[in-house]
Amino acid sequence: MWIYQKKLEFPVDIKCPDVKMAKALLAQYGGPDSELAAGVRYLTQRFTMPDDRCRATLNDIGTEELAHWEMLGTMIYQCLRGASASEIEAAGMAGYFTMHDKGVFPCDPNGVPFTAAYIQSTGDPIADILEDLAAEQKARATYEHLMTLTDNPDIIEPLRFLRQREVNHYQRFGECLQILQEIIPNNNVRYKNQFAECCTI
Amino acid sequence: MNCSCEYSKENLLKRISEIQFVCTELNLYMDTHPDDMAAKEDFACYASELQDLIGKYEELYDPLLGFGLSVPKAGSWVRSAWPWE
Ligand SMILES: [Fe+2]
Repeated sequence: MWIYQKKLEFPVDIKCPDVKMAKALLAQYGGPDSELAAGVRYLTQRFTMPDDRCRATLNDIGTEELAHWEMLGTMIYQCLRGASASEIEAAGMAGYFTMHDKGVFPCDPNGVPFTAAYIQSTGDPIADILEDLAAEQKARATYEHLMTLTDNPDIIEPLRFLRQREVNHYQRFGECLQILQEIIPNNNVRYKNQFAECCTI
Repeated sequence: MNCSCEYSKENLLKRISEIQFVCTELNLYMDTHPDDMAAKEDFACYASELQDLIGKYEELYDPLLGFGLSVPKAGSWVRSAWPWE
C-alpha cells in the first residue's frame, strides 16, 4: 500500500500566474512521457519482474514518479492561480478552460487526454526495462524543452530537479538491464521455474 | 515567524526534504546494489537523522503521514496546509 506524506519532494512556490507555462507543463502531467505515465508504467510492470533488485527498482522509482506527478500538478495549479480570462485566451488555453476551468486535468498541452496506450507491460523483462530507459530519456528531453520556454526561476528550479531525477532513474534502469542480461540467458532458476510454471497451466 | 531559528517550520521542512532526498537516492542505489556495505552504513545514518527531524517537526508543527503513521501532536491532518497551497 502507499502512505501519503503531506509535503512535496522538492519545494514549488510559483508566485505569479503564467498560463503559457501551465499549458506547456501539461506535457509532463498527462502526456505520453509524463510523470503519470512513468508511475503507472513502472508500478504495473513490477509484478512480473523476475529479479529482486529490478522489482525493487520499479517499485521505488514508480513511487518517486507519483511524487513528481504531484509536483507537476502543483506547478500547473500555481501557474493558473490568479490568471484572468484574457490571459487564458491569449495563451491559447480557452479550449482547456471551457472544459476544465482551472482544474488540473491529465492531458497534454494540446488537450489530448491521458491514456494507458502510452505505456506497455509486456511481461518480458528486457522489453519492459528497455521501454523504461527510453521513457526516462524522453522525459529528460521534455524537461529540457520546458526549461528553454521560461526564465522564471520559480519554474526553472523544480524543472532542473525533475530533469536530474530522470538522469538518475536512467542510470538505475541501466543497471537493471545489465542484471537481467546476466541472469536470463544463463541458469536463472527462478526465472526458469516461473516460465515453466506458466507453461504447464 | 523567525526564519533564522533552527527549528522554524520552514527550516525543519527544508532539512527534512534534504535528508529525505539523500535517503531516496541511497534507497534507489541500494535497490540495484543491495550488498554495498558503505551505502548501507550511510543509509542507516541518514535514515535515523530523518526520523529525528520528522519527530521534531511533528512535535512542533503538523503531522506528515496519514493513516496512523504519524500521531498528531501539535497540528491537525485536515487543517494543516496542503503542499500545493
Ligand atoms: Fe523518472
